[in-house]
Amino acid sequence: MISEGSSFIKGMLLGGLFCAVVTLLGNFSTGHQSTTDHHHHHIQVPSKEELLKLPEPKRIELSQSIRVYCAILVQPRELSYWAAVKETWSKHCDKAEFYSPENVKVFHSVNLDTKDKWLMLRNALKHAYANGKGYSWYFVALPSTFAIIENLKFFLLNKDPGQPFYIGHTVKSGELEYAELEGGLVLSVEALRRLVGVFSDSVKCPEQGSVLWKLTEEKELAVCLKYTGVFAENAEDSEGKEIFNTKSVNTLIKEALAEKPQEVVNGCCSDVAITFHGQSPNHMQVLMYGVYRLRPYGHTFHDSLVFLPPVDSDND
Amino acid sequence: MAALSSRCCFSLGFLVGTCTLYFFLTQVWFERKFSLQLDSQVPSTAGQLGGENQSWRVEGSALISLRYPHLQGKDSRVADQLYKKVRILCWVMTGPDNLETKARHVKATWSRHCNIVIFMSSREDPDFPTVGLGTKEGRDQLYWKTIRAFQYVEQHHSHQADWFLKADDDTFVVVDNLRWILSNYTPDEPIYFGKRFKPYTKQGYMSGGAGYVLSREALRRFVEGFRTKACTHTTSVEDLALGQCLEKMGVLAGDSRDSIHRETFHPFVPEHHLTMKFAKSFWYWNYCYYPIVEGPQCCSDLAVSFHYVDAELMHMLEYYTYHLRAYGYQYRYQPSLPEGVEPNSARTEHSPLGTERDAPGNGSSKL
Repeated sequence: MISEGSSFIKGMLLGGLFCAVVTLLGNFSTGHQSTTDHHHHHIQVPSKEELLKLPEPKRIELSQSIRVYCAILVQPRELSYWAAVKETWSKHCDKAEFYSPENVKVFHSVNLDTKDKWLMLRNALKHAYANGKGYSWYFVALPSTFAIIENLKFFLLNKDPGQPFYIGHTVKSGELEYAELEGGLVLSVEALRRLVGVFSDSVKCPEQGSVLWKLTEEKELAVCLKYTGVFAENAEDSEGKEIFNTKSVNTLIKEALAEKPQEVVNGCCSDVAITFHGQSPNHMQVLMYGVYRLRPYGHTFHDSLVFLPPVDSDND
Repeated sequence: MAALSSRCCFSLGFLVGTCTLYFFLTQVWFERKFSLQLDSQVPSTAGQLGGENQSWRVEGSALISLRYPHLQGKDSRVADQLYKKVRILCWVMTGPDNLETKARHVKATWSRHCNIVIFMSSREDPDFPTVGLGTKEGRDQLYWKTIRAFQYVEQHHSHQADWFLKADDDTFVVVDNLRWILSNYTPDEPIYFGKRFKPYTKQGYMSGGAGYVLSREALRRFVEGFRTKACTHTTSVEDLALGQCLEKMGVLAGDSRDSIHRETFHPFVPEHHLTMKFAKSFWYWNYCYYPIVEGPQCCSDLAVSFHYVDAELMHMLEYYTYHLRAYGYQYRYQPSLPEGVEPNSARTEHSPLGTERDAPGNGSSKL
């Protein structure tokens, strides 16, 4: 009886020790992943000081040399969103190309001739790379995304497109960190070059997607890019706020009203946000008005660059 | 036999020990993680008044702003000057049932940009604070509340402001833009502005929901009208009744449109004005004093008000107006500076557009 009791206690102590050792070892190897939402790769907008250090001619040259190719992946049943995007933010891209799975009569688009989302994304990016000579950055979005291209250019200003960049609103799924397509994602020309290269490798980056189980196209993209040494990075402004958003302004404000009622607007969203997702086509018109026109009289920003409005728009 | 049972006990003990310590550790780690997260949420209280250098003085039921609410990163010299030159008292029509659902959001957003703000209710509430007008609640009380509110404002605050704005608790106002419009007039003229409607009056009247603003002289004449019984409570249709009284008292109905004739006061939400086509049978067509423009040119860049704005949209519009922008973007509409106002410092960088200024009344448009 006593020997059994002492065995039990010995077992308990050893068990506790074992557990403690395993936990400690676990912590050292994973490198302190204690905070839940911690994304490993953060990338920020340029700071004012950084921009002011550049001489003015250099700044002007930079602002004019940054050219963004927008690839928007549409579905025929999303015609109202497609129309809204054509009418609104896509006019601010240096080039906007719409990619559809089939031939659509209403609007011009590049017909990718496939309904498979991963294949669509692959072929769209291949087409963009082949036809997008002279563009330094490639922005991929859905028609339900609303984007402010000037803020994207501002964010990219101090990043070298000859380096591999893959940036957006990132999420970790197991070991894979990927950018969510709904929030829009941007690839540097170097990242795209590597991606197109790995497309021809049917082992690492097969057309039919991952062998084991089907991943969403945004995840497949991350997998292929990972093989070329390109990793997803999360973008934020100088205060650490998200600038690629996978939610609508309405949702973000509603959440801020519930969680931070003392500071709704300041707590909600960045002043230089790049994307929102899930806005109705009508609200995209409101966003154009809100971003590019509505303002309080008497305030000036002394921004380091100038972006001129595009020709032929009524609402910006 | 004994060896077997003691080995069992050992294994059992091992299991119990592992599990116990595991749970203990996760609780402790969890608490530490939790407090780390809490800590990271705390700092915002330091910037509680909107991250802006704002201070308010409470005088009775009036909230009096002491300093222009500056926002980070902006050169606001022009807005600052207008804040001192064009002092606006905003009074918001509300009621006891709407304080938490509507008035609270007005208080948290646009009313902070007024020189003075007063919330008017049927019943006094010292905590919010609201003035008690001593009326009942309900649509039929609207004109009574309006009359009493203006009388209160005239009696207590007429020397503290130049212009007197009435808004509903579901109106969103961009006070800086209102100052720009009013800077071309003086508070000693008998004039008032708003969304101008045409029926039932000679010179038109201003929509109640879109908000309207009276000069100090107009306010004096309105109150005078009631004192001499030249004006009485004729109907509960507040905006029309007020318009008729002001017309009688010789107050002019002003044109609040911007320098290229786009409306600034709006009786509906932005989405409605920007995207919807009003049915030809809709009353609005017969009411508007000026021609209706549908689509994006319905609304000035320097809009002053929108109506039927719920809590969520109130904060969204504050975000769109004062925060969200396109970095480096050159606005198409560049209105001229009011007289006697020093400009914000010129751009230090070469501006490739060679900014042309749009003078008021000049028909040129870059659209």
